[in-house]
Amino acid sequence: MISIYIITVFAVVVSLIADRRKTVKSLKVAGRKMLKITPAFLTMTIFVSIALYLVPDETISRYLGHENKVLGLVIAYVLGSITLMPGFIAFPLCGMLLEKGVSYMILSGFSTTLMMVGVLTFPVERAYLGTKVAVLRNLISLMIAVVVTLITGLCFGELFR
Amino acid sequence: MNRRSWVKLVVVVCYLAFIMISAMIDFSPGKKIGSNFIYFWADLIKVLPFAFVLIGLFEVWVNRETVERHLGEESGARGYLWALVLSGITVGGVFVAVPVAYSLHKKGAALGVIFTYIGASAVCRIPMNLFELLFMGLKFTAIRLAVSLPLVVLSSVLLGRSLKKQNAGFNPIGLDAKQASNRTGKSELKERHEL
Repeated sequence: MISIYIITVFAVVVSLIADRRKTVKSLKVAGRKMLKITPAFLTMTIFVSIALYLVPDETISRYLGHENKVLGLVIAYVLGSITLMPGFIAFPLCGMLLEKGVSYMILSGFSTTLMMVGVLTFPVERAYLGTKVAVLRNLISLMIAVVVTLITGLCFGELFR
Repeated sequence: MNRRSWVKLVVVVCYLAFIMISAMIDFSPGKKIGSNFIYFWADLIKVLPFAFVLIGLFEVWVNRETVERHLGEESGARGYLWALVLSGITVGGVFVAVPVAYSLHKKGAALGVIFTYIGASAVCRIPMNLFELLFMGLKFTAIRLAVSLPLVVLSSVLLGRSLKKQNAGFNPIGLDAKQASNRTGKSELKERHEL
């Protein structure tokens, strides 16, 4: 996380040395862009705050450990698609679930959809890409997640067990 | 303001009122939702302003020819390679990758390259993969990357091509309004209210 601060400060300083006017213009562009996208972010954070209340970590752990493989996978996809968490929370959670006996296959489906499919981030995606492209991108991502899951299951010998 | 923005405004106001009243009368679901909201915004504020400053610098300093040469339709495989490298060093996730992708696209990067960047930044960001490696092991991480990255590139190429064939690109909400107002000659004013 700290790298982005260093890079940004460095870039601004270099830009200032090179051309003050251009730098001021860049900052204005940045401010205007941020202001424009704020409503979409507001919608997203409202969704997220409610979703996190309805689906807390404990619920995720409980449902992912389901005995029925197919049902467990479907639950993993649904939970992964709707919830949103940063990598530094998601993977420790997955590691914990792994110790609890959840299969690699299920965790692969959960983590991949978590990263690639964003129901909650949809307002932001839609604002930039448009509805059609955003929907297509998410559907393709879901398909990729399914392939990843099946191959993970195959490699760890969990698919046909 | 159109009707859609009014509805949004009402929803936001109701939501904030709900959070505040919950805090006052000690209604625990409302308080939990409120703390989630604040927690999430705190997370966003740590990354977003910096990301947007970098985007602003990019838009002003980097000229269109450079982007087109390295990431445009003619760049070939090199453009995709660049997209993968860029995604590896992206911080934050979809909500940073998508604005960056939008700026790149406006400067002339090919659609396939853009989708590769967005997709890859979801599965392969180096800081995130380090956590994955640590908690899930090398085999799990390697399989996930080896399977998903080629699929991301392949699907992006196909999606980019099909959109180009339909002559459709990004269609940001509000850009239509901008184009419409361009025709009437008062672009700048209206653009400020839209994306």
